[in-house]
Amino acid sequence: MQKIKTIIRKEWADVFGNRLVLLTVLFIPLVFTVIPVGLLFLTRGASATDLPSELPAQARHLCPESATIMECFQIYVLNQFMLLFMFTPLIVPVTLAAYSIVGEKATHSLEPLLATPITTFELLMGKNLAAAVPAPVGTWFSVVVYALGARLLVGKAQAIAVFSEPMWWIAVFVVGPLLSVLSTNFSLMVSSRVNEPHVAEQLSAVVILPLLVLFFAQVAGLVILNRSLILLLAVTLVAVDALLFYLAVRLFQRETILTRWR
Amino acid sequence: MIHTENLTKKFGDVVAVEDLNLEVCEGEVFGFLGPNGAGKTTTLRMLTGLIAPTHGTAVVNGYRVGQDDMNIRRSVGILTETPGLYERLSAEHNLRIYASLYEVEDIAGQVEKYLRMLGLWERRHEAAAKFSKGMKQKLAMARALLHEPRVLFLDEPTASLDPEAAHLVREFIAGLSQEGRTILLCTHNLDEADRLCDRIGVLKTRLLMVDTPDRLRSNLFERKVVFHLRQADAALAEAVAGLPFVQDCTAVDNKLLVTLDDPEMHNPEIIRMLVGLGADLQFVGELRRSLEDVYLHLVKEG
Repeated sequence: MQKIKTIIRKEWADVFGNRLVLLTVLFIPLVFTVIPVGLLFLTRGASATDLPSELPAQARHLCPESATIMECFQIYVLNQFMLLFMFTPLIVPVTLAAYSIVGEKATHSLEPLLATPITTFELLMGKNLAAAVPAPVGTWFSVVVYALGARLLVGKAQAIAVFSEPMWWIAVFVVGPLLSVLSTNFSLMVSSRVNEPHVAEQLSAVVILPLLVLFFAQVAGLVILNRSLILLLAVTLVAVDALLFYLAVRLFQRETILTRWR
Repeated sequence: MIHTENLTKKFGDVVAVEDLNLEVCEGEVFGFLGPNGAGKTTTLRMLTGLIAPTHGTAVVNGYRVGQDDMNIRRSVGILTETPGLYERLSAEHNLRIYASLYEVEDIAGQVEKYLRMLGLWERRHEAAAKFSKGMKQKLAMARALLHEPRVLFLDEPTASLDPEAAHLVREFIAGLSQEGRTILLCTHNLDEADRLCDRIGVLKTRLLMVDTPDRLRSNLFERKVVFHLRQADAALAEAVAGLPFVQDCTAVDNKLLVTLDDPEMHNPEIIRMLVGLGADLQFVGELRRSLEDVYLHLVKEG
């Protein structure tokens, strides 16, 4: 456990000392905070006359029975941004984890590190947690700002209706971190196999594609986010994360990494 | 302390190290000489449990390579070819990380000890990136020693250092050997190997020869003694060549170059003869072959 903690501290001290990486890590949560809050600000003047006479079934499904059409529409819109907050835990770890192994290869610091009595499990767990933890923290910050924005720009009732819904809590506190771990594991696997940090980053970005598909499917009305879907997503991610971590440890061949990095 | 038997490493069809049989005793400084690609670093990586041998066995500090790799890593120190420091972190932070990974109990004490010993204590808070090459190498050396390993593997410790920094690092290595640590040193620097190593192994995929630097010279080359005279001529050379123990004698620029097996035994007799023939003997010395001659001879032959 001590060695895992040492790796985490080392990663944070080293990686966050790199301004480019730090900016990338801060930029993503900032963008995904500004976009939804900005949209709420721009649409704050909308009135019920701008809306169709009847809302789609998926929108009505999200609202309390006492809600007006306008309130229901606002709750629907507020919920639409949930997936957006899942991009931060997917994107941020890509930069951190992709840099994690291949960055050490590039600076030749990996060989002395591998020569210490650290197991592959300890090394990858340390690197995994170091890359996976900052993103959910950034996401929670974004959600808090978004919730405050919703309270101020949309209304207290709508904000309470949205953010008291367990689906949001599961999405933010369970699915978000699990996505972050997924992204980290995938990036670590890629990072162990390539020689350039940028190549690792670009290849690792593939992990975002499934969420993009889900996002556009939701926007197109093909998928409706509800409690069951989010729970299913969480359970699936637990299994996928465990499998990917197992694969990452198996694929991390010290010999291959040391002898093919030039 | 280090024992290998037919240790072999292949990368696909390429043989990097072949049938290496080696015995390095406790407290010995053993030098590995060899051209680029000779298998020095590969051997070092096998012996530190970083890569697995294709076949053969090796035991380091009582632990078998491939079976007790974690204990090997725990009990040896390694200085890699490039320092591989965390450049954005301070010297002290770099060492603290490794002290923790090497399970050092008194982290602060050990870090201070080696930072002071290597003259880096005053600059401990500076990022490693600000250090000169020599300072980085010293910091990497400190990193290898934090857990007080009895066996040290040093891969090109003075490569790319200026003469002054190289001298400091060499002195430090000499000090470590006086503490009784076993050191396996890979180097291209023949003078360094000559000065530091008790024995030298010349490697070119296979181990071509192992011995002390002096015996490597004497085993490969005949011993030659130079007699400096006020005036040397062919007649004197012919007279010396006539002695039964002299293998060869030539006169060059008022010097007689005499080849013989046992100079210690036969030099006095030659001197008596030369004086008897009226030669003005100025001084006598052995023509010492450099380790470079030995190395080049072995590598060409090998």
